[in-house]
Formats: sequence, structure tokens, C-alpha cells
Amino acid sequence: MQHPDRRRFLELSAAGLGAAGLSGTLPSAAAAAAPASPFKPEPGASIQLLRWTGFVKNDDVIWAEHTKNFTAQTGVKVEIQELNWPDVTPKAALAAQVGSGPDIVMGWNDDPFIYPDKLLDMSDLAEYMGKTHGGFYDTARAYCYDPDVKRWVALPVGVTGNAVVYRQSWMHQAGFETFPKDFPGFLKLAQGLKKIDHPCGFSLGHAVGDANSWTHLVLWGFGGRQTNPDNSIAINSPETANALEYASELYESMIPGVSGWLDPSNNQAFLAGQCSMTMNGISIWYVAKDQFPAMAPDIYHALPPAGPSKQHSIMNNFTSAYIFKYSKYPQAAKEYLRYMLDEAQAAPWVTGMRGYVTLALKGYAELPIWTSDPKITPYRDSMEVTRFDGYSGRPGRAPAQALTEFVIVDMFADVAVNKMTTKDAMRKAESRLMTIYKHT
Amino acid sequence: MTGGSRLGSRFDSPRVLGYLLIAPAAILLLGLIAYPLIWGVWLSMTSATLGDTGAFVGLHNYAVILADPVFRGAAMFSVLYTVFAEAGKLALGLALALLLNQSFRGQRSARALMLLPWVAPTVLSALAWLWLLDPQFSAVSWLLVHLHVISRNLDFLGTPATARASLIVVNIWRGLPYFAIGYLAGLQSISKDLYEAAAIDGATGWQAFRRITWPLLAPITTILVAFSSIFTLTDFQLIWTITRGGPTDATQVFTTLAYQRAIVSGQLGEGAAIAISPIVFMIVLAFFVMRSVRER
Repeated sequence: MQHPDRRRFLELSAAGLGAAGLSGTLPSAAAAAAPASPFKPEPGASIQLLRWTGFVKNDDVIWAEHTKNFTAQTGVKVEIQELNWPDVTPKAALAAQVGSGPDIVMGWNDDPFIYPDKLLDMSDLAEYMGKTHGGFYDTARAYCYDPDVKRWVALPVGVTGNAVVYRQSWMHQAGFETFPKDFPGFLKLAQGLKKIDHPCGFSLGHAVGDANSWTHLVLWGFGGRQTNPDNSIAINSPETANALEYASELYESMIPGVSGWLDPSNNQAFLAGQCSMTMNGISIWYVAKDQFPAMAPDIYHALPPAGPSKQHSIMNNFTSAYIFKYSKYPQAAKEYLRYMLDEAQAAPWVTGMRGYVTLALKGYAELPIWTSDPKITPYRDSMEVTRFDGYSGRPGRAPAQALTEFVIVDMFADVAVNKMTTKDAMRKAESRLMTIYKHT
Repeated sequence: MTGGSRLGSRFDSPRVLGYLLIAPAAILLLGLIAYPLIWGVWLSMTSATLGDTGAFVGLHNYAVILADPVFRGAAMFSVLYTVFAEAGKLALGLALALLLNQSFRGQRSARALMLLPWVAPTVLSALAWLWLLDPQFSAVSWLLVHLHVISRNLDFLGTPATARASLIVVNIWRGLPYFAIGYLAGLQSISKDLYEAAAIDGATGWQAFRRITWPLLAPITTILVAFSSIFTLTDFQLIWTITRGGPTDATQVFTTLAYQRAIVSGQLGEGAAIAISPIVFMIVLAFFVMRSVRER
């Protein structure tokens, strides 16, 4: 997939990232050619960053290393607080409420729309980054640009992309030479894997990332949607019914227990050799390469098949960085984010994580890491195929609440696990969504 | 008369001195209990969201949650969870106390070991239970499979009924020492003379338990049940760590739902209404407990 704006990005980067090799670092000439930053940290600035902990070790290590370099170059002290994924949103919300706490938060999905009034205008930084790095993907803009007040309320960072993770030898044993390209083929593969006693597993529990990713994929794949563009509820539809019936059939081929799975469960089951296929970030393969070297060569990744809607559309966890208005050092905070997402830092960060995060800036799709191993390539396009939660309505407090309450996941589990009729499950979800959208 | 001595004489007044002495405790109670409670009640009657103080909406939030099947399910499971867990803890705690009240070798070590579930950090023990109940890696399933009792792993947390039962078992395990130690103290305060007299009268062990032990343990039972019910009804850590309210909201309780709505979703008013609503159950519970004591 080539984009003219990606080419432009390469032209702007003096030497191009290809010259950087797999280390991802830029030659000094390129760094020197970068335009001077428009953000000047306040004297004596000291900032706090609240971010999620990575599922892959190098994420935190490289991020901390770059932060140290930033402090050495600018004198700005940066304190990093790390929390588990689901804990970042409530902690950031409390900071918004009490008006003190971290200056910068790297949060999830609709977070900036829960308290947009509390956030600093990020338009200058977002526009600067967009111009110098090939522009942002549409989903990034949807999550971070508030059309009501016509400003960026957060700086898009990227997604922890999901792809189908599978054991190739078992796929061959199940009678498939290549990974299926459509939903019926995917179902047949799941059934074949169960027949050879190597079932697949997709979470139907309250797993923030894993359960939402594949249920939304199936919903959107059949053309179902949570809301219409005017935020009216659209979940009760024949398309959703088809999606629920398909997921129910898929569930019959899964390993028992998926309805109780939390986020780490599929990683553990896969690495224990009990699950042949799941949907996940690159973390399973990443861990296997280091800790399960015998298994790693047999692990492959594929973009999930497109459904009848013929569109690849995945619910990936999107992360953005935003700065609270109460920050005493807004310029230092902006400069920190610019520095961390500039190619000299972002390239080695993504490379070190073996593509665990796919950045929201289109220019980074050209990083050598994406083509260094065909197993990593599917994750390159994660931003391209990401749809925002609550599609096709608008990001905001209501879809955020629907997501945190697992309305879509529970609708699928109601049919697949609890054997509720598709009509009843859709009505239940519709009723809940109406309440949420009415009261938020 | 100097000013100091005048002040001193006022302190000598039992009325003034009394108020002064209870003032620190009263300030603490007002600041740490009354203020947050009143603030919570006020919040539950507003449309406050995270970042917005909202407006007064009266009982609107209560009307919303009462019409919400997820809340009704959470209320139902909260009561179920409390009733079954308390019954289990009471029965097993009493049995354990009766055992530990006997003289045997290693009695002291046994009593110390019994306290472990109570003193271990809740989140750590919840994580250990999460592994024990895991659909793929459960040691319980592994043992039963290897003993040929079952042919495949049990799905403890995958269905509403089994997930609920599992959480009740974990809560019983954790709260058992509280009952056992309470009953043990109660048992040791019963005079041996009563049992000797009963033995002389030819009472059986069961009769001695029914006519002496159980009636004399009634006051401690009331206290244990009342306090433990409050802990159980407001339990959060065990459930959030093990199921996060799933599958399909089957294990939501007041606290997890209030946390999800107020903190994770930012609906402070609605979340506060959910958090405040168990007070109704607490009052009902306290009423029944107190009445049973009076009747006794």
C-alpha cells in the first residue's frame, strides 16, 4: 500500500528511514536537517506523564531511555507513571475532576471527549506533526479532533494493532494451505482446527482489547453498526443478526472457557499450546521469540478476513496523548510529545517493539521494521483498518461508556454462550445503548 | 481571679470537658464518614459527570438505575452473594472454631495458619484464585482430570451460574477466618462449668451445643454477621480482579457497577446513586439482625 503523503514524508526526512536500517535510528545528518521545533519549554519546567504499561518489554525500556535523553537535552524533568491499561482512563478522569495530577496522559480511544473542556488546545502540535510526518489517518482525526470546537483535543499516537495469530502447521493439518480471505473460509478453518483437536479461542469475557476487537470485526464485517452518523441507535438490524449467528457458529469451534477470558487469557492459552488461533497484538509472537523459540517459527499473523461488507474494519485500541489545562508547563509538555514522536525517537521505539504499536502518522508506515519480517507486515496496516468505537456515530462520552460496559461484547456472548435469541440479544443491547446515549 | 484560672474552672465543668474530650472523635467521624456520605447522597441527586459538576436532578438517577436491568441484576447478585457467602462463612467458621477449640498437638500453628486467607492482601489472593479457576490452567481441573473424575477442564468463570458460585466460594474462603476467630473467642468465654453440669445431667454433645453453646454465641454471631455482611455487600477487589463483572454482567455487584459507571464511564451522578443504594439493604439487614437479638 503506497500513499503519496508517505512519499512526501520520506522526502522531508533528509536521509529517509530506510537508511536507518533496522535499528530505526536516523543518521545525524537527517536529524540535523529536521526543522527547528516551534515549542520552547518554560524555564525550570518539570512534567508528569501518565501512560499505560506495555505488553512488550522494550516499549517501556525504550520510552524511558528517550525520556532520559529529552531531559538531558532540554533540562525538563519528566516523571513517568505507568498503569495497567484499564486503569489509565479512570485515573485520568479523576485528574480531570480534581484539576491536578499528570500534565500529559497517554489514554485510550474516546478519553479526550469525556472532558474536552479540561484539555489544552493541541492544534498547533497536531498540525505540526501532521505536516512533518505525512499526515494522520482518518480514524486518528476522528478520535482527536473535536469538530464542535474545531480544535485538536489530543495528539494521536497510534494503535496496538490486532491481527489473527495462528499456528501455521495446525492450519495446514486442518486442510488449509493459505489463510482464508473471507468469513465462510475463516469459519471452516476454525471448524477444521477443532476437528484436529487444536481449537481456536476468541475472548467473550470482559477483556477490554481482545473481546472488543473481534466482536466489532464481525459486527462491522456483516455491515452492522452501533449507531447511525446522527448517533441514533442502529444495532437492531438484520446485519447485526447475521453477525451474531456467525459468531455463534464460530463459538462452537472454540476452546471452552472463552466467555470468562480477560485480556491476558488468550496470550497464555496460545503460548501454552492450547489455542491454535486467536486475535491479538504482536505480543504473543514477541514473547514466543524470546521465551518459546521452538514455537515462534510456527506462529504466523494475518489481517482478519473481510466480511460481506467487503471492508477490513477492526476495533483496535487507539491511544492518544493529551495535556490538561492545569499543566504549568504546557510548552514543555508539547515539546516532549513532539520529541517522543519525532522519527529519531519514534522509529527506534516502534522497531524495538517489533511493531507492537502502529503509529497514527502515515509516514511511519514506511519504517523498515514493517517489511523486515513478513510476520510483522500485517500490523503495518493496523491504522488503515481501524474504525472508531461507536461507528458510525461520533466518538464521545456515550460510545466510550458503551465500550467500557461491553455492550457489544455482551450481546455476542448472550447469543453464543447464554443461548439467547438474536432478537432478544439485539433488543437488550439496543435498550442499553438508548439509555447510554440518552443520558450522556 | 486570673483569666487562666477562670478558663481552668470552665474546663472543670463536666459539660464543657465532656464535649472537649469527644470533640476529636466527633470531628474524625464527621470528616471521614458523615461528610463523604452526605456528599455521596448529594452527588447521586445531580447530573454530575467527571469534569462537570452538573445540576440538581432530584431522584432522576434512582429512576434511571431502577429501570436498568443491569442494575437490577447487580442488586440481585449482591444480595445472593452476601446471603450465601455469609451462610457459608457462618457454618464453616463455627465448625472450624469448634475444632480449634479442642486441645491437640499443633493447635497454635493451626490457629495461625487459619488466619492466612484473612491477612493475605485481597488482590494477591484473588489473583491466585483467578489461576485456580482459569478455564485452561486450573489446578483444580487438572487434579480432577488426572483423578479421572472429569474428562475435561471445568469452565468455572465462563457461565453466569458457575462464575457466581465460584465468587461466593472465594469470598467464603477469604472471610472464614474472621468468623472462626470470632467464634473461637466466644467459645473460650463460655464457662466450662456449664458443660460439666450438662454432662452430669446426661446431656449429649448435640444437646450441649444447642442449649449452651449456640445461645451463648448469639451476641457474637450478631456482631460477626452484621460486620461481615457489610464487608461482603461492599466487596469489590475479589470480583473486579477475577471477573470484572462478567460474563455478560452476571457478576456485577453494587460496587463494581458503581465503579464502572462513575469512574470508568464518568457518570458520577448515576454511579453515586448505585453506590448509595445498598444503604437500603443495610437498613433492612440491620433491622432483621436487631430484631432477632431482641427476640432472643
